Amino acid sequence: MSAQALTLFWPFCLFIVVLFVIGFYCLLVTFNLIRALIGLELLIKAVTLLLVLVGYVTAHEALVQSLVITLIVMEVVIIAVAAGIALGLHRHNKNLDTRQLRNLKG
Amino acid sequence: MGTQALNMDIVILFLMALAALWTVMTRSLLRSAIGLALTSAMLTILMFRLHAPLAAVFELSVCSGLISVVFIATISVTQPMSQEKVLQHMRDRLERFWYLPILLVLIGIVLSFVSFKFNLSVPLPEIEKDPRVVLWNQRPLDLLGQIIMLLTGVFGIIILFREAKQK
Amino acid sequence: MLSLMILIPLACLLLISFLPLKGKRVAFAVVMALAFFQIYAVFSPSIMANRHLPGLASVFNFTLAVDSLSRIMLLCIGIVIFIALLAAGPFVKEEDKRFYFSGLMILELMGLNGVVMVRDIFSMYVFWEVAAAASFVLIALEKKRDPLEGAFKYLIFSSVATVFVLSAIAIILLISGSTSFTDIRVALLVTPHSNLIILAVGVFLAGLFMKAGVMPFHGYLPDAYASAPAPVSILLAGVVTKTLGVYTAMRIVIDIFGFSTALKSILLCIGLISAIFGALAAMGQKDLKRLLAYSSISQVGYIFLGFGCGTPLGIAAAIFHIFNHTVFKSLLFVNAAAVEDRLGTLDMGRMSGLASRMPITGTTSVLASLSLSGVPPLAGFWSKLFIILALWQSGLYGVAVTAVLTSLLTLAYMLLLQRRVFFGTPEKNMAGVVEAGFNLTLPAVILAILIAGVGLFFPYVVHTVIFPVVSF
Repeated sequence: MSAQALTLFWPFCLFIVVLFVIGFYCLLVTFNLIRALIGLELLIKAVTLLLVLVGYVTAHEALVQSLVITLIVMEVVIIAVAAGIALGLHRHNKNLDTRQLRNLKG
Repeated sequence: MGTQALNMDIVILFLMALAALWTVMTRSLLRSAIGLALTSAMLTILMFRLHAPLAAVFELSVCSGLISVVFIATISVTQPMSQEKVLQHMRDRLERFWYLPILLVLIGIVLSFVSFKFNLSVPLPEIEKDPRVVLWNQRPLDLLGQIIMLLTGVFGIIILFREAKQK
Repeated sequence: MLSLMILIPLACLLLISFLPLKGKRVAFAVVMALAFFQIYAVFSPSIMANRHLPGLASVFNFTLAVDSLSRIMLLCIGIVIFIALLAAGPFVKEEDKRFYFSGLMILELMGLNGVVMVRDIFSMYVFWEVAAAASFVLIALEKKRDPLEGAFKYLIFSSVATVFVLSAIAIILLISGSTSFTDIRVALLVTPHSNLIILAVGVFLAGLFMKAGVMPFHGYLPDAYASAPAPVSILLAGVVTKTLGVYTAMRIVIDIFGFSTALKSILLCIGLISAIFGALAAMGQKDLKRLLAYSSISQVGYIFLGFGCGTPLGIAAAIFHIFNHTVFKSLLFVNAAAVEDRLGTLDMGRMSGLASRMPITGTTSVLASLSLSGVPPLAGFWSKLFIILALWQSGLYGVAVTAVLTSLLTLAYMLLLQRRVFFGTPEKNMAGVVEAGFNLTLPAVILAILIAGVGLFFPYVVHTVIFPVVSF
């Protein structure tokens, strides 16, 4: 690994951790379905950056790019399905509040 | 040159974290979705700088384009709240979310004290340098998986959005 | 030839999609035929042999592999999909909904088959997402309130688990620079970064535990199981979480990381917590399907207990228990479906003495309950016995004794269920109830025969099917 790649590695890791924290905080604290999905998206962004960083550091850019492309396709489908479910819930509850999701308890 | 490039990267990383923070902290859902698109755009620049141009293009078009569209469409379909509810909501949010910046600053301080000195020994670099060749020749299974996933998405969207169309 | 296990379902899916509306009535039959083909294929050496496809078809030569463990999972998937389709009749009635249901079942089948057969860590993730996405949509199929809620919770939990797993994959890439199992294993043996490996294992297992829904990470699972339409809960409880969580955990530990002392103790600890608290939580449930869901969590705990021994006997016992769990839990969910179909409710407070009204459902559910609680000579007894023997053999006497006591707890809550729902004299509101239709009794009878058969012929089953698994 080149010296430059190594100096890059640590600050990137730091910011990836920051992104993870922001995403998890959003997911845990919010009461809104859409905002929960946005938190999830932030987590996926962090993972994408981690993968690309690893590819850069290990000089496996081609492999990692193909992985990231696949990852993006998966992400889109999951988010589309999730948005559909959130819309369905909105139709029943008339709002997007997760505190309404207490029908199922146990 | 080396340090300059590094500084540039850190500036973009900082902007990205800021955009993410804004995404989470802002009151309006719409702004939140836009913040996500901004985060994604920053990520695109970073990916480009980390020698992943093809994936960066995907990220820009799909994540900051398509996914934002999905989010904004969902947000605009769902009705806005009444005035007093909005006020209540704002107070609620402030209580829950003001810990986040403090938490982040703390984590930043702790992590910057941790020294990262061990030498990473990384595997040998790969021979094939073209991601398209890698995807098509070495990872056809992923491509098949993508096709199946897209089919699943089609089924899901038809089932979940159908009623909305009828109304 | 293994790629056929994914390609044939894909071809069938495209075929039924392009049929005109009238032709879509055959969709159910097509999926059943596919499930049947899968069961046949597991026993057909020529399909399992993984010869390369000739000529033009060589485009489809993917890097897939099966061993005995994969074959048992493939068999479970085939059986459960078949049963779920049989039982779906009374629950999915509209013509177009039947088509979507069948399509999603095929997608689920492909996803699960993919997870079981791939030998590449990232492709595993890909098929994993396919199976997970198909299950979200299947749960939300009716678009009623509770199923949507269950689906959303499942989606959030599952996606967070995926984020964990992807982070672990990134760390592994940093060490090995490759995603195929063999390359990673070789790279992990020579790498100096033991801390990074521990981090990767921890993150990976956290994700898998979430997917498997073991006790500290189980938040979504009862909701998803209980709110899903009846055939979908059969599918979810029978194979989906087992394949996505338990099988993958076994696969990566056996093929990539190998057993270390710390790893064993994590698995045993998680298994024990899950087994005990799952059973305790099941005691307090009022909803039939929720009780079964908690019992499922408890049984997954048993599977991890067996697997956590790390000995060949323990692994074999865990796999045997996966198979048994698939059979008896599917049967119990089929019974729940029959009750739901006739009574329109799953609240156990409103049921009484159903055995006299629904004799087949009653009898088969007794059989399944006894197998679940480990009463000899049924199938569940042998696998639990092996798990406890494996624990004893590894010198974990305390854990073994706790496992035995927990199995008494299991017997207690299953008898509680039987007493509330099936035993006794029926009250007045049960007067008009009759036995469920052929759709729901046939799968129950098939599964009951499997339970009794595997139990009675267990020496044969164990020596020909289960023990070859551990001779790697």
